[in-house]
Parts: sequence; structure tokens; C-alpha cells
Amino acid sequence: MRDVAVVGFTQSKSQRRERDHNETEILIPVIVDLKKSLGLETRDIDFICSGSSDYLAGQAFAFVSGLDAIGAWPPIAESHVEMDGAWALYEAWVKIQMGSADVALVYGFGKPSMGDLPRTMALQLDPYYTMPLWPDAISIAALQARACLEANVLSERDMAKIAVRDRANAKQNEYAQVAGDFEVDALLAEETLVSPLRKHDCSPISDGASGIVLAAGDRARELCDRPAWIRGFNHIVEPHELGCRDLTRSRSTEIAAEKAGVGKDKIDVAEVYGPFTHQSILVERALGLGNDTRVNPSGGALAANPLMAAGLTRIGEAAARIWDESGDRAVAHATSGPCLQQNLVVVLEGH
Amino acid sequence: MEKPLPSLTAPHQLAYTYKRSLGPVLGAFFNALREGRILGVRRKDGSVLVPPKEYDPETGESLGEMVEVASEGEVLTWAWVKAPRPSQPLDRAFAYALIRLDGAATPLLHAVDAGSEDAMHSGMRVRARFAAQPQGGIGDIACFVPASEEPDDTSPAPSEGTEPLEILRTPVELDYTYSAGESASRFLRGIGEGRMIGQRCPVDGRVYFPSRGSCPQHGVPISGEAVELVDRGTVVTFSINRVPSPNIDLELPYAAIQVVLDGADTTFFHVLGECPIEDVRMGMRVEAVWKPREEWTDSIENIIYFKPSGEPDAEFASYEDHI
Repeated sequence: MRDVAVVGFTQSKSQRRERDHNETEILIPVIVDLKKSLGLETRDIDFICSGSSDYLAGQAFAFVSGLDAIGAWPPIAESHVEMDGAWALYEAWVKIQMGSADVALVYGFGKPSMGDLPRTMALQLDPYYTMPLWPDAISIAALQARACLEANVLSERDMAKIAVRDRANAKQNEYAQVAGDFEVDALLAEETLVSPLRKHDCSPISDGASGIVLAAGDRARELCDRPAWIRGFNHIVEPHELGCRDLTRSRSTEIAAEKAGVGKDKIDVAEVYGPFTHQSILVERALGLGNDTRVNPSGGALAANPLMAAGLTRIGEAAARIWDESGDRAVAHATSGPCLQQNLVVVLEGH
Repeated sequence: MEKPLPSLTAPHQLAYTYKRSLGPVLGAFFNALREGRILGVRRKDGSVLVPPKEYDPETGESLGEMVEVASEGEVLTWAWVKAPRPSQPLDRAFAYALIRLDGAATPLLHAVDAGSEDAMHSGMRVRARFAAQPQGGIGDIACFVPASEEPDDTSPAPSEGTEPLEILRTPVELDYTYSAGESASRFLRGIGEGRMIGQRCPVDGRVYFPSRGSCPQHGVPISGEAVELVDRGTVVTFSINRVPSPNIDLELPYAAIQVVLDGADTTFFHVLGECPIEDVRMGMRVEAVWKPREEWTDSIENIIYFKPSGEPDAEFASYEDHI
């Protein structure tokens, strides 16, 4: 295996509605700043990979417009996944492992405010039996939350504590959208949105983008004082049909964490992508995190959830904790699909 | 630089009816559903998957033995939807639930019409209420109702004589509000005043018309300098179109042209009018034909088409870089 590290990371401020800029205009400053922070020109980058969703844009091949932010003339080596940018990063990592690239730029972007996001998300469900009933994303997550509550694997109080923790952490994150000090009892006193979920259990709808640069070996050391080396990387998927899965745990995260070697040593910092509070709890457990791990210092997805970028942002935030030496070993997690269907785990180390 | 005006926005609808073939397993399920029967498929261990799958989700084995299960079962988990969204199964508060039918090992997702959240609980017994007029699809179960309710008489109309269902049709309508963004808004507002606004790349000075806010060649933002151009230019290439398009209101055949405006460095697509197609050629000089001023909006549609300007053709060297 080649030594590959996260050496650069930028993100836009997440906003509920970025009215004045289209997706490309949201992306451009992120990419420009990312290249500038490392002194890279497009020609210095061997491979570019992105993650986005055409359904968020309501337009076929909408992702192609993202290339305007890169500069694709002379022509470049590029790829795209119709997924969160974390999976684009996986593809870039594989490309570097193959020896086809030494430096790769990865980005994710989404502007879900253009449509009715919870409704649009019904289109990711089984198209024969489930999607035609148009279950929205919040209802689907609520089915899982109740299953967890009634199996006594967690409580509504546990869930509210996650929201309080992440929103408080987000006060330090200038890019976050929902931040501040909240009381568990006050949150629990609020009405349900889609029972049993309350508003604080749900991530916000966010427009935004993020980008990461990966580099191999000496190239990484040239670009970064303390590269965040990728020491384990895996992603695992579960069946589409909710009824064929155990919704009260995240088996795919458990397997990915095992394969990525999360438990081999102490984890100082974890960035987990829990779009709903109960999902954050399930993922934290599946990763086997202990009390000595700082979870979501950025505030996580409950503070900002730019769809198709939020998973990639977790990797960038975890890497940033290696760079600033607040941790030696970090884990980042990304999820995709209803009820934590697919999960990606990456272990980063400062040495 | 003065602060730009807010972005122009416009509604956009994505609407499409997906047509999916059903095959032997899903086909059997949906054909039985039209008749008010619910089928599962037997796995190797004898348990029954509902809704049925063509392949075992654990082993990947091919499945095909269809088994009828009860139309009554138990709620495993549920979500209470206070404010239903468009297209959801009920237009009053209801529950989405995972329901395990008697005889099935796995639950299916559907709606429960329980009246109130208080009437819902996991473990409750529910019964399928079939749609009076089956359409072919999971909606042929209109919803589930508490099993304690008196059975109603909404068994589906007999579907004798109807063709077997082979294709599942799912209409999708998604509504969006598009923001043109800073750069395209400037361009569209210009067109709204009869002006052609391009933008200059800060790296090499090339003028983009129209501009999308960045130089796609250098990947740099070009939200800065606007360049006003004339509405006249040169045809750099063309095609003769004999296929009707819902967006182009010209008699067939017509010429689709790629135009570079005088002073611009990029080409754009338009159509040619007032010109016999035999006369269209590369290098032809053209000018915009605008709608009557009172019909102008902030839209590229203000230009109906380009027409020959009557000037002598441009030299090949003047546009060869744009081909």
C-alpha cells in the first residue's frame, strides 16, 4: 500500500438557502482557496473526483457544471460519483494506490434548498414497493428512531444530548449553520416533528460545498507539515429494503470499522456523519468509540449538512484535528442511503 | 464594485413517469395485489420474504416460489406524519409503519390510517384496505387500518379480463426554485434591456459570452469586469435540423448555428432565420432579431433568432480558433 494523506481541506459556510449563488458559484471559492492554500495549479493535480446528486439540482448531468470551478482545458483526468464526496475520495484514494496519480483533488457540493429535500429523498428508496408511497426522509428516519427507542438501545434523552453536544461544539465552527447552547430538558419539551423525532433530532437543510486534496508519500510531505495519513479505509453497504436490515444497530459501520482497523489503537477524535441524532449514536457505538474520544468537534451534520459534501467534510474536519495536533489518531465516517444503509470509515494518523 | 442585485430565480419542475418492467416475482406480487391478495416469496430456510425479492438479500440465491400471506399483521415500528406532503398515501395525519404480515418473516412499509397518534402503538394489529380501483402498484393497498375496525367492503373491483400487469408506472413530479446566480443574473438582466453582457477572464483576458461566473479554462471566478458586446457576429459552424423540438418554434428544416459575437472569445448556440438553408455557411455574418420591445423579459428568448446581416463573410482565420 502507498502512504496517502489528506493534505488540504476547504469548505463553504453552510446556509439554509444560498439564494444569490448557483451551485458552481458556491463551489468556485472552495476550489480556488483549496488550490491556493497548497500552491497548486490544476495542472499539478493528477486526478479530480467529485460527488453530487442530479436530483438535488433537478437536472440531468448537473454535476458537469462543477467542472467550471476546476478549469478543464487542457483536458483533465476526472470522475464523478452520484454520492457524497466521501465516496469520491475513496475512488481518488484507489486511483493513487494504483499508481495512476500522486495528487488528487476531491470535492462534493449540493444545493438542496432548490427543492423539497425530504420529499426528493424518497427517490433513493426501492422504486417498486416503497418510493411510490413517497415516504419522506424524516419519516423514514423516524421509523428507525422508534425501533431503537422501543428496543431500549437508546432514549429520547440520549438523542437530545447528541444535539446539545454537537450544537455546542459548532460554536467554534465558523462554517456551521446551527450552533449554540441548548438544554436537554428544553429540547425534550418541544413538540415532535415526525414522531418520535423532534426538530433537534434532524440535521438542517444546508447549501454548501467542500474540497480535499490527497497526496502520496513525499508529495504529501512537501504539501503539508503534518499530513493526515490514511491508515485504514473501507465502506460497506446493507440491503435496500428496510425490512431486511437490523435498524437498531449499524452492522455495515461495524464491519467497515473492523476492516479499517479503528479499534487497533486509541481514537483521539471522531467525526461521524449522523444526519439524525439516533443515527449518530448508532454509528458512535458501531465504531466502538470510548469516553476518551472527542466526537464531532466541528458540530457534525447536526450543525451543517450540505448534502453530498457533509461526509467529505467529516474527513476534512478529522484531518484538520491531526494538522492542528489536537489528535494523533482520528476516525471519520460518512453515510449514504436511508437509515444508515451504506457507511464509510477512514482512519487518519499523524505519523 | 457595487453590490450585485439579488439573483434572479425561476420555478422549475422535473416531471417524468418512470416505467419499470416487473419480471416473474414482482409481477406475481403486483398482479395478485390487484385482486386483493398479498404474496411473498419463500427463502431456502422456509421463511417468507414480503415484499418478495427476486434474490435472497443474504445469500443472493434466486427466489421464485410465491406464497400467499395474510392481509393482516403487526406494526413493528411507525412514524407519525402530522402534515402529509404531496403524493403521500393519505391527506390527513397518518403513520408510516413497517408491518409484518401474518405468515411473513420480513415487514413491508406502508401507511396506517389510525386517526390519531394515540391510536398507534407498536405491536398493534392492522389490516390492509385495498384500493377500490386498482391502478397497478403498491398503492393498490390504499393503506392499512387498525384490525379492530369493522372490515369495510372495499375489496377491489374484479380485474377479470384485464391484461396482466407487466410494467409499473410511477409518476414523479419534483418542484424546484432555481437561482441563476450572480453572473447569469447579470447576463439575463442585460438581455432584458436588449444588451449583450459578457465577462472577461482575469487570467488571459478572453471574453466569455454568456458567462457562468467562472473561466472554465482556468477555473477562476470572473465575477468582476462586465463587457458589453454588440448583437452581431459570425457563424462558426452550423447544422441543418429536420427534427422538431418543442422549444424551437421554426419551420423545418432550419439551421442551428454556433455564433461568436464580435468582441467575444466563446461561441454559443442559436438558430438562423430569414435565410434559405442552402445559403447557410461558415463565416456568414449574422445579427440578432429581437422580439418587440414590450414583450422583453429577463430571458434569452428575447432574441427570436439570428438573421444574415448582409455584410461580407468573415475570413476563416478570424474564427478558426472557435471550431
